[in-house]
Amino acid sequence: MTDSLVLALVVPLAGALLVTALPAHAARIGLFSVMLNTLNIALLTLGVWQHDELQLALGDWAPPLGIGFVADGLSAAMLAMTALVSLAISVYAGDYFRDPARARHFWPLWLLLLTSLNGLFLAADLFNLYVNLELLGLSAAALGALGGQRTALEANLRYLLVGLLGSMTYLLGVALIYSGFSTLDFAQLAAQLARGDAAASGLLGATALGLMVMGLALKAALFPLHFWLPPAHGSAPAPVSAALSALVVKAAFYLILRLWLEVFAPLTTQGAANLLGLLGAGAVLWGSWQALRAERLKLLAAYSTVAQLGYLFLFFPILQGLPAGETRSNLFAAVTLMALAHGFAKSGLFLAAGFVQQQAGHDRIAELGTTLQQLPATTLTLALAGTALIGLPPSGSFVAKWLLLGGAMANGQWWWVLVLLAGTLLAVAYVFRLMTRAFGLEPTPRHFFTQARAEGPALLLAAMATGVLGVATAPLWHLLGTSGGLG
Amino acid sequence: MDAELLYASAGFILFVLGIWSLLLHRLLIRKLIALNIMGSGVFHLLIATAEHHGEPADPVPHALVLTGIVVAVSATALALSFGRALRGDGDD
Amino acid sequence: MRNSLEPKPQRSAALLVVVLLILLAGLLQWVYFTHAATAPGAGLTALAQAELPRSGVTNPVTAVLLNYRALDTLLELSVLLTAMLGIWSLGPATPGYQQAGAVFAGLAAWVVPLLILSGGYLLWIGAKAPGGAFQAGALLAAAGVIQRLGGDPRASLPNESAQRWLAIAGIGIFALVGLATLVAGRGFLDYPLAWAGWLILLIETFATLTIATLLTAAYVGGQPPPSQTTATPGMHRMQAPDRKA
Repeated sequence: MTDSLVLALVVPLAGALLVTALPAHAARIGLFSVMLNTLNIALLTLGVWQHDELQLALGDWAPPLGIGFVADGLSAAMLAMTALVSLAISVYAGDYFRDPARARHFWPLWLLLLTSLNGLFLAADLFNLYVNLELLGLSAAALGALGGQRTALEANLRYLLVGLLGSMTYLLGVALIYSGFSTLDFAQLAAQLARGDAAASGLLGATALGLMVMGLALKAALFPLHFWLPPAHGSAPAPVSAALSALVVKAAFYLILRLWLEVFAPLTTQGAANLLGLLGAGAVLWGSWQALRAERLKLLAAYSTVAQLGYLFLFFPILQGLPAGETRSNLFAAVTLMALAHGFAKSGLFLAAGFVQQQAGHDRIAELGTTLQQLPATTLTLALAGTALIGLPPSGSFVAKWLLLGGAMANGQWWWVLVLLAGTLLAVAYVFRLMTRAFGLEPTPRHFFTQARAEGPALLLAAMATGVLGVATAPLWHLLGTSGGLG
Repeated sequence: MDAELLYASAGFILFVLGIWSLLLHRLLIRKLIALNIMGSGVFHLLIATAEHHGEPADPVPHALVLTGIVVAVSATALALSFGRALRGDGDD
Repeated sequence: MRNSLEPKPQRSAALLVVVLLILLAGLLQWVYFTHAATAPGAGLTALAQAELPRSGVTNPVTAVLLNYRALDTLLELSVLLTAMLGIWSLGPATPGYQQAGAVFAGLAAWVVPLLILSGGYLLWIGAKAPGGAFQAGALLAAAGVIQRLGGDPRASLPNESAQRWLAIAGIGIFALVGLATLVAGRGFLDYPLAWAGWLILLIETFATLTIATLLTAAYVGGQPPPSQTTATPGMHRMQAPDRKA
């Protein structure tokens, strides 16, 4: 069963190597590798389902000398979302990159990106995570620039440099940790911190955590460090934008969550968590406002990513204040659900936006009416994704926001609820501003799908966010070892 | 003062100087040099960490530095290539 | 490079950055020195030494890179591959330089073989003393850089297809060895002790070729143009530079 942990890395990596060596067959080998990866992640998730946690010491060298891989419920949930979203993106990309010259650049970088994402969700070693982060940053920036226009190059060069600043800051934290604790392993580090031998160790650990979280927040585009995201995500080719918004920033967020709540839990304070929550609140308000003002569909989607990441950080102060127990584990499940729902919704939205852009030749929202009316499936995708972004039932984000609301009230931190309401209202406004374009007096088109291969994956992703995650949450609750607390 | 503490101290100064140069200079080449100086700062700290009096040096930080150097070279090369593509010519 | 990404920062903002950074430097120094004075970490020297007989090599740094933390190295090679693929996606290579004069060509004819020889030596010695795949690959890449400076636009690299295979060889062999140990019922990259030394040398040899190819390709700086001439595959075919230009 633990073989699937290693294969999560090896399958996409082997795919990347093969498509590098055999560029003529890139699309076929690439899609096959992604399918194989999805299959393997299904096995891995099944393993976590049965055993709660899978562990592996690579090369049979136990930490601290070796590198450990751990898959728990959170890892499995993120991996499963990544596998499904990347499968949909890959099917779509096969259609999008029809020009073989662009396809041969896309596939190897895309599979390397997938390798690094899987590695990030599995590695329980601070330095191995650093190498994965760099693999992620380099492949993401190179993919984002595939469009080739000057704006895309500039935006992605900035993204690359910001990412490097972030990972260097993270690495300084890692070096401090090694100097003080002589281990890079999550579990060993957590045990040492929980013992809390010397005050100086706590200080060193807190400084290192601060550096690592700052570096990762830059990569996760936490307000006000989000400035690089909208141009980079707005200018990338549609399948890449989908991956960047749904998966790449989510990986950095996942690491912050993991470090904050598990490894460094004894060192975190309510004040620091409040700061994260405050920045999250800023992101919700600012990102939603900018999404409302955006002229272009892809920029709307990118600013909405800034806002949705903000919601994820609202969970920190509330989680911090709760004692271990039912409510807390439910809230932890809620933040996971929020991240998953946004991953599915935003990738669906970006894929649909890319198809609209291809059909209309532009993505200026004010002029999209006619195009949207000719594309019923894509319009449905936009509506479903929008439902999840607002957080209306039956979307996964509705359940997550409901639990967040409950947690905030139980904790006496009612002010976060105001942010939640304001963000939701703004989201209603920016989603409806887009959707009103789709309802005119044009004749009904004869076909539901114009191009099934381009529109189908986006529709499935959006349906996943709004239909499946909101209704069938029980498997996720089981995976995360909680009751759910809704019924 | 111990040599290793001096080394770590120099590492922190290099790191901070790197951030300063990265944030306040506009030219890509200066930004990239700045990032590499930041990296050198971290590597200084790791090398200082490897020293323990009377014992052979700890090989783990040394290996981490080697890995870090390769990653830094890769990132720098890619960023330079972006710069060249942005400039649009390439007769340098 | 004339590229500048943003307008010049304002003086007040610059001052704020400087003050914040001085504070950060002070904090780091204080935290590190307090900690080093009271409770320094013990390091992993003893553990790394104790396990060395089980690693297949006698140089502890190589043991960390190719055995204890082999996954870091596998991913590090992938990062280098990503950089080359990204560079290729950004456009074709530039034509390079005009043929070098007699002095440079003579020097290159002398230095390049020496670099290749030193690279081989560093690769071999890495098992017991400082050295190894990256150092060896860097020397070979330096030979490639010299060739390009001397007027060879491809820096002695073979044609694109062969370059692609060379670029993945080291990573591929690494992963294959890992899969082989996995299939043999051990863990991924869990080498049997009797073979460990040889497997590490095998991985390092291919890693050297891959690192040399990737670094040289990064220096060339773009996708190789389709070639008319039939190029000879293999990194080691460094032909002596043409003395007539």
